[in-house]
Amino acid sequence: MNSLSSQTIPIIKGMGLTLKHYVGMLVNKKANNETIQYPEERREQFPRTRWRHVLTRYDNGLEKCIGCSLCAGACPARCIYVQAAENTDDERFSPGERFAVKYEINMLRCIFCGYCQDACPTGAITLRKDFELSEYAREDALYTKEMLLEPMPPSVIIRKSEIAAHP
Amino acid sequence: MARVITEISAHDSSMAAPGFGASGQPIAFAQLEELVSWARRNSLWPLTFGLACCAIEMMGSAASRFDISRFGAEVFRPSPRQADVMIVAGRVSTKMGPVLRQIYDQMPNPKWVISMGACASTGGVYNNYAILQGVDQIIPVDVYVPGCPPSPDALIYAVMKLQEKIKAGNSGKLIELGSH
Repeated sequence: MNSLSSQTIPIIKGMGLTLKHYVGMLVNKKANNETIQYPEERREQFPRTRWRHVLTRYDNGLEKCIGCSLCAGACPARCIYVQAAENTDDERFSPGERFAVKYEINMLRCIFCGYCQDACPTGAITLRKDFELSEYAREDALYTKEMLLEPMPPSVIIRKSEIAAHP
Repeated sequence: MARVITEISAHDSSMAAPGFGASGQPIAFAQLEELVSWARRNSLWPLTFGLACCAIEMMGSAASRFDISRFGAEVFRPSPRQADVMIVAGRVSTKMGPVLRQIYDQMPNPKWVISMGACASTGGVYNNYAILQGVDQIIPVDVYVPGCPPSPDALIYAVMKLQEKIKAGNSGKLIELGSH
């Protein structure tokens, strides 16, 4: 009898804990233990989540990247390749002297550490929250500059009154 | 499966077009193919092949918060004989390579491979002599998942992409008929 109670009481205690959590889940809907119905609903990513890279632009449409290759130097996986070229007055891509002709990231090699983001002097490369990056072929995971670059900002209409207000 | 289709074609040999219905529609062939594809892509049993930290996220995707069983892929099998998809989660050392290949060979056809994470796909930061620079050097990979490690929802997205691939008609690595 004594041995029976010593065996049953821990089981009752353990099942009681399970019951407590089950009832708590039913009562408190915000208990954060529900299944996320992933393709239909997305979980809220943390504010500093690092996923897909984006090469950003200034508000006037010029690229922030100046082709300095500091990101490639900081990358511990050596997955970034930058080839720089000189800007001319006729063809201007970035405000500085140089811009990146080629900017390639091997997404399969990348470990999303964010060191490139830290190293960038102009804040050109940022890691955003888009995590759906799976590919069928490994060639598709080599992201080129066209894929990484942000689209042009929408054209802004400046009224004459605004120019008069801010000369 | 392919043998079943061959038999249907043989039974219909009296018709003008073997394997086709009375109205000329390929009834048996198309429907069976679709049915098999539907069954296959909704019961992808993964093989437990966790090699490193990616395995933690793979376990997380099977847990209740993400619940990969919503896609029929929750039955992680320790035996390759009962598995459909091999999720290579983690860096593969050169010593592990022959083991990986043998376990892949032991899986029954059709079979698929998901290369999960930077290390399994390309070697990641471990660009050295000890780590295999990409698991596709020894086995064919269907879906590559970037990330270090990929979050459980990224792995679920890869499973969804694999389901799309099976639906599109790529039914894995089928063996050549008549070779056995």
